[in-house]
Amino acid sequence: MTLAPETTELKIELALDGDWFPVCDLSTLLPGRGVAALLPDGRQAAIFRDRSGELFAIDNRDPFTGAAVLSRGLTGTHQGRPFVASPLLKQRFDLASGQCLDDEAVQVTVYKVRAA
Amino acid sequence: MTATLGATPTIVLVGHGMVGQRFLEALAERGLTATHRVVVLCEEPRPAYDRVALTSYFSGKTPEDLSMTDMEFIKDHGIELYIGDPAVAVDRDAKKVTARSGEVFEYDTLVLATGSYPFVPPVPNKDAEGCFVYRTIEDLLAIEEYAKTRATTGAVVGGGLLGLEAAGALKGLGVESHIVEFAPRLMPVQVDEGGGAALLRTIEEMGLSVHTGVGTQEIVVGEDGAVTGMKLSDGSELATDMVVFSAGVRPRDQLARDCGLDVGERGGITVDEQCRTVGDPHVFAIGECALAADGRVYGLVAPGYEQAETAAATIASDEASFTGADLSTKLKLLGVDVASFGDAHGTAEDCLDVVYSDSRAGLYKKLVIGRDGTLLGGILVGDAEAYGTLKAFTGSVPPVSPESLVLPAGAGESAQLGPSALPDDAIVCSCHNVSKGAIRGAVTDHQCTTVPEVKKCTKAGTGCGSCVKVLGQLVNAELEASGIEVDKGLCGCFGQTREELYEIVLALRINTYQELLDRYGREEARGGDGCEICKPAVGSIIASLAPAIGASGYVLDGEQAALQDTNDHFLANLQKNGSYSVVPRIPGGEIAPEKLIVIGEIARDFGLYTKITGGQRIDMFGARVEQLPLIWARLVDAGFESGHAYGKSLRTVKSCVGQTWCRYGVQDSVRMAIDLELRYRGLRSPHKLKSAVSGCQRECAEAQSKDFGVIATANGWNLYVGGNGGATPRHADLLAQDLSDAELVRLIDRFLMFYIRTADRLERTSTWLERIPGGLDHVRDVVVHDSLGICDELESLMRAHVAHYRDEWAETINDPEKLARFVSFVNAPDTPDPVVAFVPERDQMKPDLPLLSIGMRPADVLEGSTQR
Repeated sequence: MTLAPETTELKIELALDGDWFPVCDLSTLLPGRGVAALLPDGRQAAIFRDRSGELFAIDNRDPFTGAAVLSRGLTGTHQGRPFVASPLLKQRFDLASGQCLDDEAVQVTVYKVRAA
Repeated sequence: MTATLGATPTIVLVGHGMVGQRFLEALAERGLTATHRVVVLCEEPRPAYDRVALTSYFSGKTPEDLSMTDMEFIKDHGIELYIGDPAVAVDRDAKKVTARSGEVFEYDTLVLATGSYPFVPPVPNKDAEGCFVYRTIEDLLAIEEYAKTRATTGAVVGGGLLGLEAAGALKGLGVESHIVEFAPRLMPVQVDEGGGAALLRTIEEMGLSVHTGVGTQEIVVGEDGAVTGMKLSDGSELATDMVVFSAGVRPRDQLARDCGLDVGERGGITVDEQCRTVGDPHVFAIGECALAADGRVYGLVAPGYEQAETAAATIASDEASFTGADLSTKLKLLGVDVASFGDAHGTAEDCLDVVYSDSRAGLYKKLVIGRDGTLLGGILVGDAEAYGTLKAFTGSVPPVSPESLVLPAGAGESAQLGPSALPDDAIVCSCHNVSKGAIRGAVTDHQCTTVPEVKKCTKAGTGCGSCVKVLGQLVNAELEASGIEVDKGLCGCFGQTREELYEIVLALRINTYQELLDRYGREEARGGDGCEICKPAVGSIIASLAPAIGASGYVLDGEQAALQDTNDHFLANLQKNGSYSVVPRIPGGEIAPEKLIVIGEIARDFGLYTKITGGQRIDMFGARVEQLPLIWARLVDAGFESGHAYGKSLRTVKSCVGQTWCRYGVQDSVRMAIDLELRYRGLRSPHKLKSAVSGCQRECAEAQSKDFGVIATANGWNLYVGGNGGATPRHADLLAQDLSDAELVRLIDRFLMFYIRTADRLERTSTWLERIPGGLDHVRDVVVHDSLGICDELESLMRAHVAHYRDEWAETINDPEKLARFVSFVNAPDTPDPVVAFVPERDQMKPDLPLLSIGMRPADVLEGSTQR
């Protein structure tokens, strides 16, 4: 264990083009809520943490309205799978697959995410 | 002009009241509207309406609410309905009816349903200005106008059913009311001496003056010809500004007399058991204008309906007859239950009475029992809960002893006879003659699963409504019996209703969502993350009860933050492009110029779109997440606080300017609105709460469309509850009248806390009132009469809420950790969300949403991408 004071906090990182892109401190992310991150190419990711500490990341853009708001939705568990409900029109998206649970034709991008 | 007689035979109906409308429905059910031309001549300026519920006009029902006529029905069946055009003459030889408009209709069958007219005793000056009758909506409009502008005292002649309703209505209009009844007791037809005494006591306690055993001798008028008083038969004189005659009705048989039909000695068109007039087989008479084959004129709607059915069946050559009906009635008069059924006065030979009487509590119950134990009839005053079942048992020997049926609950022997004990042929709805068996059949054979469905299917409960409670019990019992389990659970995570969760949270002082889910959630949901339905619902319960269960009253504290919908989480209202709107509280809609300027400056400086809301405040749109704390720092600085426009909580209390400025105002509505808004601000509830206070009966603040609305009277405040605008508008119901300031606040405290306790998630007070068993009466019993003994608790919960209220925005802008959440991007706090963009419109701006690409191709999606 290192005693270096500046690296005691775990960082949340997204996999982008084979690299790990740091987003924020793990402690910033409240269990059950999300945050939004701006990616280098201008896209946005919504990152969530469930109550067991598991992390998920999907595109922040709500495909039904175009607004970048999925990070502000409420999360939950549906048949054992984690989801977020869009805060605008309440469609639910599977956090692990990006699949919309209320419209099988709709899916959002999923990102690899880790705490390191 | 003469309407020519075509190939299709013609039925002409004279009179479009409740019975007339029922007759039309009976014609349609038998297919007669397809084979006949049907002409209806209606004297009143509006089609059939619910005359039984006439008085509810004064508690907020509009004439439209009272209407019983579905114009689609009239149109679909090709019925020719002439409104405001009564029949004036009948030529039976030529089989023609002449209407007032001059139009002449030939008929094959004529049906008279002309109803009755109010009896006005032939006393001097009976037609003076200020004298009224109580029969039509037009009568009520005239009474209302006169009472509001010219009367402080009113007298009602007649202490029967309608007289009591009229007196209550006058009192509701702020007029001191007297009832003058010739008989020695009130409601002489329905109740006996004991019942009359119980009724008298309760009515007098309400502040109405009752004069029994005296007749009216003369109406006294002033120089201008308007009423100033009346002389009574005992020599006394009663000063009054207006007189309402409601001393009974007489059959309207003039049209029949004029064309030579037989009428009874005391009026009424003589008909046989098929409702056919004695002298002319082509003419029928139904309802209050008919003298039935048993020699009686029936003034109740249920026998009238039966006559309508009989006449329609006879015209269709079906067999039917009307040989008489019982005069059972159940009413709520001025809040007092009065019911009589069967042989109420014990006229049968050798019958015996079982009486329970408690004058102190205004209770009187009498059952008339035959020699062999058969229940023959009875009278209930003060508590008619058992009416539905007792009436259905009439004519049979009840399975428990009669005395146990009248004793109050808890008094040893008392027994509750559930409707499940009824035989299948027992009539549950006597207005529409629906048996218990038919109601069970609606559930078992027609797959009805709710009371509204059963009502629609069987018509039960759609007349006077007195059987709806029994109906609900029967439907539930039948559903349970057929093994249909209705999952009433809140969501996939909880099997309990919101009300049950509220009780669990309060009783066990559970103050976190996770504990509630892990201990009381459905087996499969425990340990999980819940869902978007139960999280905010439980968050709201915890917030409502925060002081009582030891939770933080601040909705962004700890775990509570994760439960809130995005609006509550950012304390602002999310709009379609991801921006937010900001609404500071403007209590009662009153705002000083300085504060208006601050709002204007802030909107200008942040480039916000501003709009005045329906709740008398100002909404500022287009704020980005990261702007919210900056905007609120300035608002809080200027003395504003959160308006909770984002919360399921109190929104606004609208007001008119009231007595202070308005020449009509009778109370200070603005002050009351501000007091109420400040008292209940921040109160989390199952759904949003809206309110308003009007300074007089003109109701400019539209209080009757609010969850709780207050209207000023000369004596205080009237409280209305359960109103709603929106997609399903509902006029609020009057909960209590003439309250002092303190009484008003106490009653609203109780009402709101009872609603918060028992409502479903996202259930407005209007739907809640319609849903809960017992409806408004039950709510009134609980919050006014404290029937559940919980009012102290309700009040103390509200006191705790008021004492612990803190402004959420003031708290948030002083908490750096909470403020850190107000960023568009966690990794770029200073960068605004580029998706949030605006374009100009009408001197302001509107959202500019880029074109959407709905969904993504699956190939673009990474599989199994999640990692720890």
